[in-house]
Amino acid sequence: MPTRFFGEPIKRAEDPRLLTGRGRYVDDIDLPGQLHVAFLRSPLAHARIRSVDVSAAREMPGVVAVWTYDDIGPCQRRMPLLIPHPDLTHPYTRYPLAKDEVNHVGEPVAMVIAESRYAAEDALEAIVVEWEELPPVVDIERAIRPGAPLVHEELGTNVAAHYVGIVGDPERAFAQAAHVFRERLVIERSAGMPIETRAVLAVWKDDEDLLEVWDTTQAPIVIRNALASLFGLAPTQVRVIAPDVGGGFGCKIMVYPEEVLVPYAALVLKRPIKWTEDRLEHFVGTNHERLQIHDAEIAVDGEGRILGIRDRFLHDAGAYTPYGIIVPIITACQLPGPYKVPNYHVEFRAVYSNTVPVSPYRGAGRPHACFVMERLLDRVADELGLDRAEVRRRNFIQPHEFPYDVGLIFQDGAPTRYDSGNYPGMLDLLLERMDYRRLVEEELPRLRAEGRSVGVGIACYVEGTGIGPYEGATVRVEPTGQVYVATGMPQQGQAHKTVLAQIVAEELQVPLESVQVVEGDTAHFQFGSGTYASRSAVVCGSAVALAAKKVREQGLALAAEELEVAVEDLVVEDGRVYVRGVPERGFTWAQIAQLANPLRYAYAGDLVVRPRPWTGPALPPGRQPALEATEYYSPPHATWASGAVGALVEVDVETGQLRFLRLWVVHDCGKMINPLVVEGQVHGGIAQGIGGAFYEKLHYDENGQLLNASFMDFLMPTAMEIPRMEIAHQETPSPLNPLGVKGVGEAGAIPMPAVVAAAVEDALRPFGVRITRMPLDPDQIWRLTHPAEA
Amino acid sequence: MNTIATERRVIRVVVNGSPYEREVEARLLLSDFLRHELGLTGTHVGCEHGVCGACTVLLDGEPVRSCLMFAVQADGHEIETVEGLAPNEAELHPLQRAFWEKHGLQCGYCTPGMLMVLKAFLAENPDPSEEEIREAISGNLCRCTGYQNIVEAARYAAQLLRQR
Amino acid sequence: MKPPRFRYCSPESLEEALAVLGEFGDEAKPLAGGQSLIPMLNMRLARPSVLVDLNRIPALAGIERTDRFLRIGAMTRHRAVERSESVARAQPLLAEAIGYVGHLPIRTRGTVGGSIAHADPAAELPGVLLALDGTVELQSRRGHRTVPARDFFVDLLTTSADPDELVIAVRFPVLPPRSGTAWLEVARRHGDYALVGVGAVVTLAEDRRTIRDARLCFIGVGNTPVRATGAEAALRGQPAAADTWRSAAEAVRNELDPASDIHASAQYRRSVAGVLTERALALAVQRAQEGTAG
Repeated sequence: MPTRFFGEPIKRAEDPRLLTGRGRYVDDIDLPGQLHVAFLRSPLAHARIRSVDVSAAREMPGVVAVWTYDDIGPCQRRMPLLIPHPDLTHPYTRYPLAKDEVNHVGEPVAMVIAESRYAAEDALEAIVVEWEELPPVVDIERAIRPGAPLVHEELGTNVAAHYVGIVGDPERAFAQAAHVFRERLVIERSAGMPIETRAVLAVWKDDEDLLEVWDTTQAPIVIRNALASLFGLAPTQVRVIAPDVGGGFGCKIMVYPEEVLVPYAALVLKRPIKWTEDRLEHFVGTNHERLQIHDAEIAVDGEGRILGIRDRFLHDAGAYTPYGIIVPIITACQLPGPYKVPNYHVEFRAVYSNTVPVSPYRGAGRPHACFVMERLLDRVADELGLDRAEVRRRNFIQPHEFPYDVGLIFQDGAPTRYDSGNYPGMLDLLLERMDYRRLVEEELPRLRAEGRSVGVGIACYVEGTGIGPYEGATVRVEPTGQVYVATGMPQQGQAHKTVLAQIVAEELQVPLESVQVVEGDTAHFQFGSGTYASRSAVVCGSAVALAAKKVREQGLALAAEELEVAVEDLVVEDGRVYVRGVPERGFTWAQIAQLANPLRYAYAGDLVVRPRPWTGPALPPGRQPALEATEYYSPPHATWASGAVGALVEVDVETGQLRFLRLWVVHDCGKMINPLVVEGQVHGGIAQGIGGAFYEKLHYDENGQLLNASFMDFLMPTAMEIPRMEIAHQETPSPLNPLGVKGVGEAGAIPMPAVVAAAVEDALRPFGVRITRMPLDPDQIWRLTHPAEA
Repeated sequence: MNTIATERRVIRVVVNGSPYEREVEARLLLSDFLRHELGLTGTHVGCEHGVCGACTVLLDGEPVRSCLMFAVQADGHEIETVEGLAPNEAELHPLQRAFWEKHGLQCGYCTPGMLMVLKAFLAENPDPSEEEIREAISGNLCRCTGYQNIVEAARYAAQLLRQR
Repeated sequence: MKPPRFRYCSPESLEEALAVLGEFGDEAKPLAGGQSLIPMLNMRLARPSVLVDLNRIPALAGIERTDRFLRIGAMTRHRAVERSESVARAQPLLAEAIGYVGHLPIRTRGTVGGSIAHADPAAELPGVLLALDGTVELQSRRGHRTVPARDFFVDLLTTSADPDELVIAVRFPVLPPRSGTAWLEVARRHGDYALVGVGAVVTLAEDRRTIRDARLCFIGVGNTPVRATGAEAALRGQPAAADTWRSAAEAVRNELDPASDIHASAQYRRSVAGVLTERALALAVQRAQEGTAG
């Protein structure tokens, strides 16, 4: 019997190092002669720079250099627009150091390089900037009014992109509908906020002609390519390593100014240069997400079946659009969720503001979409007197209707086409776990009779995961028996080293400990894009599976030749390849690797390579001296995971406090490689989703000052705020990839605003209020229940 | 002597059982001292204002934020960091075993702080309830795990420690 | 986020510390637990020239019980208060409130004197001290004086201590018989500064059904901890009953003048202060009646 690795809850290979303090995060690395960087950042949201005087700073003790835009040579060009889109008609990116204008608080203006971070920060205080203040644009609704001040004068507009997507005939659907309901729905600004801030360490190695860069990035190959191109180096002259990275959640995929300026300083000063972002910088220097304002309407027939949806929304792009309009595109495409929406009009404007730029944060537009769709369905249920679960059931795409085309082009440029799913099954499983009937018919009435404000909510979602373009992997069986696996994807906690090893171990039937996964180092793998969009397991996992399969085939062919049997007569088991029924006739994988490599000596201690008579070249044409394959996997389009959550909450209507009594989750990410890891991903997503539903909001004032730029005031939930989660799985394999897997990284974050809104609204039914804004907070709940006082 | 205000000082500390003597700037944070003077980078820094808990170490056995202390204040004291938790190279501390077993970490960044606060907590509360565990780690932010498996790990570690 | 340069000293006796403070005046800043001061230094929001570390003065720490009060030395850690049986017995309000202070590692390091001297209007200990009509012991080279809490907390993060004066201890008067206390607060997250918090101290008459004396102290609703003296006066002589708590809540809402911030509006704070008043009074009276104090 083959040993199962795939699908098993295997403990992580990553952990022993991380648990004993032997992890290696960028700031953990100190190089001899290293200098430290601190950035002077704009204190104003919108201003012209009249002058920057760095002369006093240059004289400060320990200061080696102080640079402004004038000093940065090849970096004096705008940062790249990473993802263009035809509807992004007015893109705008920044200079690494502001040239003559700043557009948000936190924009880098000058760079101090000193013997210590302490000395660098001292010198920042000696830099004198003369500003000419410009009117800040903060409120995106005001920003699109005629005559509004402009973020970027030369664009002539604050609208970066205007997108319209139409499916079917929405106008007719609305004209003929039995009921139409409208909502204005808002989801506020937030951010990924990994516990490790960003950091870059760069060194020019003169003896190797090599620029070596350690970077907390989610996309080291992208950074490598950018640096090579910027500095006129061959890609092989730049090595970018994303070592252990302390969480990413989207905000670490970008080409940020610091990621080019620090390597540039290493090139110029010929000393190792380190910059470690501090938390205050992170709040204003690393991208945010979330703020959208939706005006949505739904048309239904008398039974609550969706005839059409119209949604017009504003998306806050922040000051620049380096990552294009990925977030609102995802919102637009995913809004229909697991439901049939035959007629759909979606339209958005991405609007510039003098705030930190917006790029994906775990969920990436999906929590917004789910919030809108689920709020509309709850409204339909309530207005028509239907059970909220029943309304969902009536509108689900059915299991036989896959592949199902939503009718819009997704973020990857491919059709928004759901590959597989079982949404009714998912909801049934959730309701069963919740004991839904008993809950709503007995438990809630009983608790309410005691005077408690309790409510139940459910929410369903889909998640387009595993997008292209492609990822690749090399798998090699070493003549010493280890299996080397290299990929271009780095991790920020997603257990790549474990799950990719499971895929290889399953294919080759070797012990997990013999598989060594190397990731996030451009010296080991050259092609790929990075870790984002819940794509590692799908895209990289598939590439690894393909490469491992090829190595298995190579090994079988060699063994068959050596043993003079047919490949079909061989079995792969227990780390060996042998003749069926004759286990002693066969080889270990190490031995086959030696067979592949016709050196004139054998590896000590394992003499399987016997002298052969001459038959021609030692390595015949078409044969390679290694059991090794490099394969790429490029998905035809996204594969669609799904889920459903249920929450039982209690509200203290006098204080507005919220408490979760129960929280149920059903998740379907196709086949699970490692259920332990899948559950961990779901847990983390849910917790961030709860943050986005009741705690985390970035507050800008009308001057563009971020009012809560600290962990004292940006409220990430602690273990006391996150309830126990009860998780169940459904496995609907993806037909698109060799493993049948779908992504899970962002899953949990998506439905939480929707389900919390539903449950709180249910708890507050006696007050007849609607929840239309996320996150909630005690004050808002109190206002809803005390309209006279508020 | 110590009443003379100076910008630099020579300090002696014992970290994970090893004595160190260094001359440091008075303003050097204990977190920076451990990480960059002693090379003990297992202690992480997440906010430098005392909220995230990633830099938590034990000072004379009690959990403290190393970003909210100056290295000079540790003069003459004993410090324990995550590097000192395991009894030897081959063996893990029960807390480390439990975190591994229960998938109590993902990116690993908050983990050392969690381990150190739990070490002190379990020493005082060998059989805690879930609520008590959650309260104990509520000063340590984790952005990956949703805390559930950390709580599981803490319960399991308590059990392992009680069996010792 | 690295602190600016400063000079540092770590006196080993109170006399030495007072000498340094006397010498440097405003330029010096005493460093107690550092759990509020060091974040401000790291953010460069505080810039003392000299830091006077009090952590090497053992005489400043300790909990002492007399007939009239519980005296807690300034450098006593929150954690020591939390663990203290004499605090639990003699000052249940303090024992109840201390668990709301930050988190375990903050309480390990944070000190009673530091909290009082920092005078954060949303912090628990100043509120407890004011609720209990406690006093602050100040010492300088010029001498020793005792300041009632109501005169000590002057404004936002401002006290009546002079720059050369050090908080060396605080005194929490012992409660009369038939007293009960309750500490309640609402915060955004566990361990955060309170949006609103209340400490209630109720002493019953001999019938155990009439209120002889009540004190209500609020945090998070002004520039200092605030006593609702009007509501307190109105409570005296009233029956211990739900109607009384409701009237007290109304009085509190009329009396307080909280401000708005990003976490909660003034109206919310005012309303919730009333809600907590009702709950805390009911609980304090229940405890007084049960003889459990708090």
